[in-house]
Amino acid sequence: MAEYKGVLICGELIEGRLTGISKELLGIGRKLADDLGEELSILLMGSDLSNAAREAIACGANKVYIAAQPLLDNYHCDACTEVATNLCREIAPSVFLLGQTDMGRDIAPRIAARLKVALAVDCVELRIEPDTKLLIQTRPVYGGNALAEVVSVTHPQMATVRAKSMSPLEPDESRQGESIPVKVEVDIETMKIKLVERIKQPIEGVKLEDADAVVAGGAGIGSAGNFAMLEELAKLLKGAVGASRVPCQEGWVSQSIEIGQTGKIVTPNIYIAIGISGAVQHIAGCLGSKCIVAVNKDPDANIFKVADFGIVADYKEALPAFTEKCKEIIG
Amino acid sequence: MINIIVCVKQILDPEMPPGKFKIDPESNKVIPPEGIPLVVSPFDEQAVEAALRIKEQCGAKITVVTVGESSAVNAVKHSLAMGADEGIVVEHIIEGYDSLLTAYILTKAIEEIVAYDLIICGREAADWGSGQVGSIIAESLGIPVVARTRKIEVMDSRLKVEHIIEDGDESLELPMPAVITVSYEIGQARIPTGWGVISAARKKIPSWSLEDIGVDLSQIGDTSSRIKLLKLFTPTRERGCQIIEGKTAAEAAANLALRLREAKVI
Repeated sequence: MAEYKGVLICGELIEGRLTGISKELLGIGRKLADDLGEELSILLMGSDLSNAAREAIACGANKVYIAAQPLLDNYHCDACTEVATNLCREIAPSVFLLGQTDMGRDIAPRIAARLKVALAVDCVELRIEPDTKLLIQTRPVYGGNALAEVVSVTHPQMATVRAKSMSPLEPDESRQGESIPVKVEVDIETMKIKLVERIKQPIEGVKLEDADAVVAGGAGIGSAGNFAMLEELAKLLKGAVGASRVPCQEGWVSQSIEIGQTGKIVTPNIYIAIGISGAVQHIAGCLGSKCIVAVNKDPDANIFKVADFGIVADYKEALPAFTEKCKEIIG
Repeated sequence: MINIIVCVKQILDPEMPPGKFKIDPESNKVIPPEGIPLVVSPFDEQAVEAALRIKEQCGAKITVVTVGESSAVNAVKHSLAMGADEGIVVEHIIEGYDSLLTAYILTKAIEEIVAYDLIICGREAADWGSGQVGSIIAESLGIPVVARTRKIEVMDSRLKVEHIIEDGDESLELPMPAVITVSYEIGQARIPTGWGVISAARKKIPSWSLEDIGVDLSQIGDTSSRIKLLKLFTPTRERGCQIIEGKTAAEAAANLALRLREAKVI
């Protein structure tokens, strides 16, 4: 497939800056492009993209495709699908990567359907096979019980990448690259889906995905009120509170803090799992943590298999003493 | 009254104990564990639930469709027992990672059903988790799609949906026919009643072949012409947990904090 060349990234922005996952995509994209001996490009959509374009070049991009259109400042699924599909048709990249984000989940399958190509979602590892120069994609399946290694035979080889699974490059302002304008032929007025309103839920304290410390509770916590104990510890460690599936389903906590294969993926320095049995689909969401600590009454709980440290105890007795000691230590 | 089609998939029980999960390295396939019945993929169950709520709100005829081996009729029966009106099984075994083929067959089945205003799918199946089928069906039929919705409201020939975005929601309006995908945010799916199970058992569930719905496999190509599974394996993840002891739970907890300090984790 000699006519397909280069690696293309679909960039995402927040207040005019590249998001964390976009920089991670550039990090892995740079490596894949080097292994192929080809160029790395990124697509940016919105208005006022010059800062983000500079950032992208510093993070490894050779080319920045600028789809300048103020209407794209507000994410619109139909419009973004259209712009990204058209660019893929025009520049025919060998590899096209998106983040496994809300936008990536929305538009990647639609682009793949339009291009009639395979798509591997939620990849945690990507590499170029030296002989065939094809992209080997590794992704968790069966709720994290298994990993699958797949290769797409169709081009562009499309994948979405799980956040925090790849490392960004150290930004280097001396890197050079070029910006290329992209013709945007979308009229949001004619799109079938109309945006009525957007409601942002304000987050108090540290964002769960970005927290260095996560204190997570499971079915063993027993009630909404008991989560206050976890809040206290999280505050002390300057971290955030998360939960496994049961507390979210029972309505003890907001569904937005579910950690697991189908919820948030977290990779803090310390992950404290309290009253969590350790279902595989939950573990899939916290396995990347540097240190996992488990507190559980059941010595046979699955969570101890993936933890670094643990105590076998009722959290109601253990947690206050633990928080107290931490206060003493941290000061 | 509107016509709703719900696509469901029968899978291995995702809640099975981790010790029961085994892979045959020769065939790169999961060995079905003995004594654990197959289930409807949980998000697909929530798709049926979403359809039933619309039926209660404004009246609807709900047709459930699945592609799979002949035992997939059980997934349809479960959906009928929940309250869906009709069901169809398209008999064909597909590899779970070939979303394009799955969606192509479902699209052909939907075109054969003819009357549809709304198609609801689970956001992703709990086995291969590709999360693509709903979107590909919409692209193939040339109709709008909103993935991952919290709430669906029917207003004459239009839909109002709450779409989940990072840190919030957006409210969207779109014309029917359309495809919507849902997951756990919809809320718990109902458990079939005894009467539901009895009336579902009495219903005739037609089984269609690929020829019946005009699927031409040479047109779409086989799975290996798109994607190849190189390896399916169980990750090793034992970390060797250090259990911290103490005379009481409180003492063990205090010792844990000291140990974490020693390891420079806190």
